[in-house]
Order: sequence, then C-alpha cells, then structure tokens
Amino acid sequence: MSSDTHFTDFKSDKQPTWCPGCGDFGTMNGMMKALAETGNDPDNTFVVAGIGCSGKIGTYMHSYALHGVHGRALPVGTGVKLANPDLEVMVAGGDGDGYSIGVGHFIHAVRRNIDITYVVMDNRIYGLTKGQASPTSRQGFETATSPDGTVEPPVNPQALALAAGGTFIAQSFSSDSQRHADLVQRAIEHDGFGFVNVYSPCVTFNDVDTYDYFRDSIVNLDETDHDPGNYEAAKDRIMDPGAEHIGVLYQNEDSVPFSEREGIDRNMADIPDGAPERADRLVREFY
Amino acid sequence: MVNDLNWAIGGEAGDGIDSTGKIFARALSRAGRHVFTSKDFASRIRGGYTAYKVRTAVERVESVVDRLDILIALTERTIDENLDELKEGSVIIYDGEQTTMADVEVPEGMIGLEIPLNSLAEKAGGAIMRNVVALGAASEVAGFPVEYLDEALVKRFGEKGEAIVSNNREAARLGRDFVREETDYSEEFSLETTDEDYVLLNGDEAIGMAAIAAGCRFYAGYPITPATDIMEYLTGRIEAFGGAVVQAEDELSAINMALGAARAGARAMTATSGPGIDLMSETFGLVATSETPLVIANVMRSGPSTGMPTKQEQGDLNAMLYGGHGEIPRFVLAPTTIGECFDRTVEAFNLAEKYQLPVYLTADLALAVTEQTYSPERFDMEGVEIDRGKVVDPDEVEEWLDEKGRFKAHAATEDGVSPRALPGTPDAAHMTTGLEHDELGRRTEEEDVRVEQVQKRQRKVDTARDREAFDYREFGDPDAETLVISWGSNEGAMREALGMLDDRGIDVRFLSVPYIYPRPDLTDEVEAAEDVIVVECNATGQFADLIEHDTLTRVQRVMKYTGVRFKADELADEIEGAIAGERAPPEVKR
Ligand SMILES: Cc1ncc(C[n+]2csc(CCOP(=O)(O)OP(=O)(O)O)c2C)c(N)n1
Ligand code: SF4
Repeated sequence: MSSDTHFTDFKSDKQPTWCPGCGDFGTMNGMMKALAETGNDPDNTFVVAGIGCSGKIGTYMHSYALHGVHGRALPVGTGVKLANPDLEVMVAGGDGDGYSIGVGHFIHAVRRNIDITYVVMDNRIYGLTKGQASPTSRQGFETATSPDGTVEPPVNPQALALAAGGTFIAQSFSSDSQRHADLVQRAIEHDGFGFVNVYSPCVTFNDVDTYDYFRDSIVNLDETDHDPGNYEAAKDRIMDPGAEHIGVLYQNEDSVPFSEREGIDRNMADIPDGAPERADRLVREFY
Repeated sequence: MVNDLNWAIGGEAGDGIDSTGKIFARALSRAGRHVFTSKDFASRIRGGYTAYKVRTAVERVESVVDRLDILIALTERTIDENLDELKEGSVIIYDGEQTTMADVEVPEGMIGLEIPLNSLAEKAGGAIMRNVVALGAASEVAGFPVEYLDEALVKRFGEKGEAIVSNNREAARLGRDFVREETDYSEEFSLETTDEDYVLLNGDEAIGMAAIAAGCRFYAGYPITPATDIMEYLTGRIEAFGGAVVQAEDELSAINMALGAARAGARAMTATSGPGIDLMSETFGLVATSETPLVIANVMRSGPSTGMPTKQEQGDLNAMLYGGHGEIPRFVLAPTTIGECFDRTVEAFNLAEKYQLPVYLTADLALAVTEQTYSPERFDMEGVEIDRGKVVDPDEVEEWLDEKGRFKAHAATEDGVSPRALPGTPDAAHMTTGLEHDELGRRTEEEDVRVEQVQKRQRKVDTARDREAFDYREFGDPDAETLVISWGSNEGAMREALGMLDDRGIDVRFLSVPYIYPRPDLTDEVEAAEDVIVVECNATGQFADLIEHDTLTRVQRVMKYTGVRFKADELADEIEGAIAGERAPPEVKR
C-alpha cells in the first residue's frame, strides 16, 4: 500500500464505451477516489463486477479484477475477501444485476456481513439489453417489455438490506461527486458490508429518472438531523415511499464482519511447501 | 471358521440404522478385519426402509455379494426386503416382544433368534440402546468377541461421558448373554481377528481429507446428497489448517465463492451432485475462460432432475464432459476406489493449478457413501506433493509485461499455460473476464485474437496429454480374449467377478479407467480383444460411447440403472451372458 496513490492510478487505459453523459462515469470516478483516499493501490485492490453497462466498470478501472456472470459478483467478492483478507474488495453492478438475478446473493452477502464494499449503479432500467424494466423501475414505467407500464411496484434495496441485518446502508448520487466519493469511502472504512446504492442515470433509456429529476427530489441527509446510528429513524427514512435520500441511512457501529466471527485472518494463498504438517492426525481420526 | 461374513441391520429411517451399522463396522475394523459397507436408504428422514450392510473378511473385500449371513431386522419389512439375499442357515435377529414383529415368520431353512431387545435395553438403562443389544447378540452369533464392540462404543459415545459408554457396554453384554444362555443357538460362525490396525472411511471422507492434505483452504458448498459428507468433513477440520468452509445460499453462489477464492490465490473447491452441477454450469464456463484453477467434486446420484437422490448411478458423465454453453476445456477425473479418491483429489488440485482450468472430480454414490478399511499408510501424507504451476514471483513479473507495462495474464504461450499473478503481486494487476479477451484479459471480438485464445485454452489439454500419465489399471489375464472396461466404483465388484469367472473357466482382461478426460487411448487394447464389454451404472452407456468414439469399434454394454450398484456375482453372470451374446435387460427383483 502506498500513501501516494492518486485516483488516476486506478484508471485503465481502456476508453469507456458508456454513452456520453451516463451516470456510471461519475460513479466510477468516485470509487477510484475513495480507493485512493483510503490508502489502497491497484495491487492490493480487487474489483468484481457484474454484467450490464454498470458491470463494464472492471474494464475501465485498473486493479486486480474479475468481470463475472450476471448477478453473481457478490459471491465472487465474498470468496476473494475470505481467501485473502489483506485485499480491498469492491463489488460493483447494476440494479438488474444486483436486485433481480442476484437478489438472493445480495440478501445473503448483507446477512453474512462480509467486509466488502458493494456499489450498485441504480439507473432503474436495464441499460445493456436496451431498455427493459428493472426491479427498481417505478410502477407504470413504460418500456419495450412493458408497453402499458410495469405492474409491479419497485423493490426497495435499502429496505431489503435493513431487513437482512445490513450494517452500513447508504444512498448516493453519481453527479454529486464529492459526496459520492465520500460515501464510498465511508463504506470502505466500515467494518462489514458497506452498501452504497447510487442514482446513476441512464441518459439513453430512462427519461423519467433523469439528472433533473434527482436534482429536484433529492434530500441530503447531511442537511437534516438524521442520525445514522438510530435504527428507528433509519427505518422511517427507508420505508418512506418515493423519498430520494442521499447520505448514510444506517450504520451499526458495533458491526462485526463475518471473517472476524469465523476467525478468518490468513491469506489462504500461502500453502507451506512439502508434506502438510499435522495432516497425519487426519488419518488417525479414522481408527 | 467362517471368514467372509455378510451382516446387515435394517429398519425404518430414523431407527439409528446408520450409526449402529457404523459401530459394528468399526468394531470389526478394530479387530483387524477388513470391512466393506453398503447402504440402502430411502430419501426420507423418518419412515422408509433403510439398511446398513457390512461385509467382512480377513482378506480385503471390495464389493458386495448376494448373500446375508446375519440380519438384524428391526421391522418386519426388513426381512421381506432382504429375502433374495437370505440363504439357508442365515440368522435373523428380531424382537418378538414388539407388536409389529410378533407374527414374524422366519422363512424355512433360516434361523430366527427372537430376542427381547427393548426389555434388555431398558435393563441396561434405556430403550434407546436396543440396537446395541442387537449388536451384542450379533457379535455372539458371529463368534466375534464382544470386547471389540467396547472400543467402538467408546469411539461413538466417549464424548457423552462414562455413564453412557458403560450403559452401552452393558447393553451389548446383555445381548450376547441372551444368545448364549436363553437360546439354543449353537455357534456356526467364528470370526478370526488379527493384529492389523485399520482405518475405516468412505469416499467423501477420503476426498475431504485429501483436499486438506493437498492445500485446499477454501470450500464453499450447498448441502446435497450424497456430496454433503465432504462439506461436513471439512467443517471443523479445515480451520485448523487456516482454511474456511462457507455454506453458501445455493450452488450458484458456492461455485462463485470458490472462483473468487481461487482468483485470490487459494486452492479452492466446491462439491455438489447432479442438480447442483446444472446450476453451476454458467459459472463453470467463466472458470474455464478466466483460466481459474478450481476443483468441482460431483458426487453422482441418480437423475435426471431430482431423480433418486439416495440411489447409485453414473449418469452425469455427459453433463461433466459437455455441460455448459460454448466450448470449454476441462478435466474429468473419476476415482474408482475409496483409496483412490485420496490420490485423484490431490491430483485434481495439482492439475487445476498446473493447467489453470476447472477439474471435475467425480465419485458415484456407491463410492462416496461406502466405508472401507485401509491400512493407514495407504493415505501417505508425506507423499503428497503440491505443484502450484506457473505462479509468478514478483521478480518474474517483468518478463510478462507488454510494451506498455501491462501484465499478460492470458499470454498465448506454447504450452497454452499462462503466467499466473496472485492479487497483491506488485505491477501485475489485471482484469479477467468471461468475455472473449486478448492476452491482457481485455474484451475483444477480433477474429485472430479469438482464434488465438480458443487455441491457447485447448492447447493446455494437449500439453497435459503429453506431460501427465492419464492411465488405466489392469487386472485379470492380460492375454484374455474378453476385455472388460469400467469406470467409477464398479472396479471392486468387477475384480471379485474376475475370480468367479475364472472358476467358470472364463478368462477376462479387465481395465479400470479413472481418467475420463483426458483419457487413455484404448485402441490397441480393444483391437486385441475378441469381446469388448463396457460396464457402467447408467442406461445409455455414456462411457461406452466414448470408447466407441475413440476406437471406432462397437462394444457391448453391461449397464445397470436400478439405483443399486453392481454386485460381484451378478456382474459375473452378466459378463458371461454378454460373451454368449445374451443381452439381458437389468433384472429387477420382485
Ligand atoms: C444469465 C443471463 N441472463 C441475461 C443476460 C443478459 N443481460 C445482460 S445485462 C442485463 C441487464 C443488466 O441490467 P442492470 O444490472 O440494471 O445494468 P445496466 O446495464 O442498466 O447498468 C441482462 C438481462 C445475461 N448476460 N446473463
Ligand atoms: S445505455 Fe444507459 S446505462 Fe448504458 S451506458 Fe448508456 S446511458 Fe449508461
């Protein structure tokens, strides 16, 4: 780890193919800033990405990284972190990736309280497959697969996380770059599962959840008396339908990550050479 | 002196059949006798017929046969279920005081021993010990010193305290004494004991033990019969070696966690059975394209779908060879004995890392749940060698950078194997993806790069064929006109069948093949034979198809898909029939 890491060190030389104006640019910049701010460098960082426009993030960042299959990034991140606790592990994906195909993994990663950071670029649409409804699309949203408007109400990711025992739940807006970077940084510094849902507008397929819409509706929790340590207050905020907050909604300061509870603290890549010490006793057990 | 004895306990699931059987098996193994167990269980926890069978001899035993000498029948159905195997002189131990057993009619020619198991158990301290009373009685019938049971009872109940152990010993003695004093049973069997020290374990346990020995430190899995024993074995043991077991939320998660751990540099494994393999197949492709070393154990049960979860089958061979979309290099290893489960597991981890690809390690149910005695030296920990393949040291990174200083994680080397930089290695940070990629791991759709990478991945298989010994084991008469080939757990029954065939004047050359892909080329062996017979537990002859494909020669197929493994005597009959040109469909008794 070097203290002189600059956020651009996390940039790969691959030019993003995101549409000009896509919220994912800002989301990624904030992630890179937060990684640099927290003293990480590309050699000790592992980024796992899902599938979707959002999932391309691993390509545009420079670090150890894996671009997985649709919806399964969190289990990969879990495996990386448990196998080598020295790595800074960040998992990124979209709302379809995380709350549709991967929603089971989301709940369980939260519940396990794995010490990783999970950033979801929530554009309330499927971008890469060209504009179908996503689980966070609002009810009545018209898309190619829902020409008469979706009939399902959207999922509430923060509520899912809170119900699953989430210990750090934040909401961010990609174009509010300083606050966004700061929230990701706080998620990284959190001991446990740091969850940041990011309003990351899709300028191509979503003409409802636009930059203007968010700018007009967002309530910045820092400018309120919200106390993230207060579970009841967090619950009220999270369950408030239609509220667009940014900031840390809930943080449990007593969070104990999975690895600590399980006593996992070694880099499992280190396997001593030669015959495994003490392995003979494994055979004797079968006497 | 009777040497080869077949014993069984049967009853309802939930009657403690499994643990009682294990106690008896362990007692025999403590007495220096070889043991081979088999289980007959229904997929229910309570209710449903279950049996635990033990075959024991002073010489090694490798299979089950069609004969039962002593049967502890806890239910009337137990007798019916085993009628075919009960022979003249077989002893049936049952509790006549039990209302459901009151009208038991012991078939003609057999010896019924009516023992008040419940009342004797209560005398010893509780009805729960009725199975142990039965064990004591069975020991007496078998002419086997009840003292050896004591050791097994300590092993089983030691943790629960002195009192429990001594009550159980008492129960065993009451059972023995009842046979001695209250029945007119006169000793027919007399089991010889030896000074040998044996260990007793099943295939799943051998796989788990080998995984730890081979340096596996991360296991993620989701419970499924009959693979769960691997996870249960590792849990509570791997931690002492700095590893961890995670019970994932499903198989999708399990394989992805294992993939993550492997990318982080750990030796990682997941295990499942057929339905889980299906769920894993999307990520299986990612493991292969990302060139991640991973061991996936598939403990096969009967399919398709949920099939017969507690029954034997070797039906997933095609799924392992061809499963997943696109074309994916992979290895498939299939140990044929419990001892070999150990060796092939160690090898699976080495192959996975040397060639950076997914390795299927497959055991069939019969192999996984069967327990067998071995001398402890069979599991040679000193002999375990760990080869981590082309992991680059920090000072070697330089060699593998392109002109812009980027690490070529998928360098198209001559042998197809690229350098591998574990995360944390300075200056080698790189991305990997399931998308087609170039040497740097970056997405590409360029035709020549696509072709180069496909060939590079496939080249690893050719390299492995050159460098590794993907061999077979040979038994019987090397010059025989009849060639029998099998894979998986059929080896044991087939080896014993060889002796039976020999007695009938039939010479057979037998090859047991533990490598499915890459596999040995058997063309010469097949061409040299008159009759070629492939033995396997499935209905379509998946392995036979491969042999035909490789050798361009038609083979005969002896297949069994009743859910029950081959028995040695049955196999001898089938082989004889196949040579004579009779192709009987699998026989289902009753
Ligand atoms: C198993 C599987 N099903 C479907 C797809 C096709 N697919 C690719 S991206 C995507 C949706 C992604 O949506 P989201 O996560 O919201 O990401 P966005 O593109 O909006 O950033 C889908 C369905 C796939 N790659 N894999
Ligand atoms: S389609 Fe939408 S989400 Fe995808 S890159 Fe374009 S703007 Fe971004």
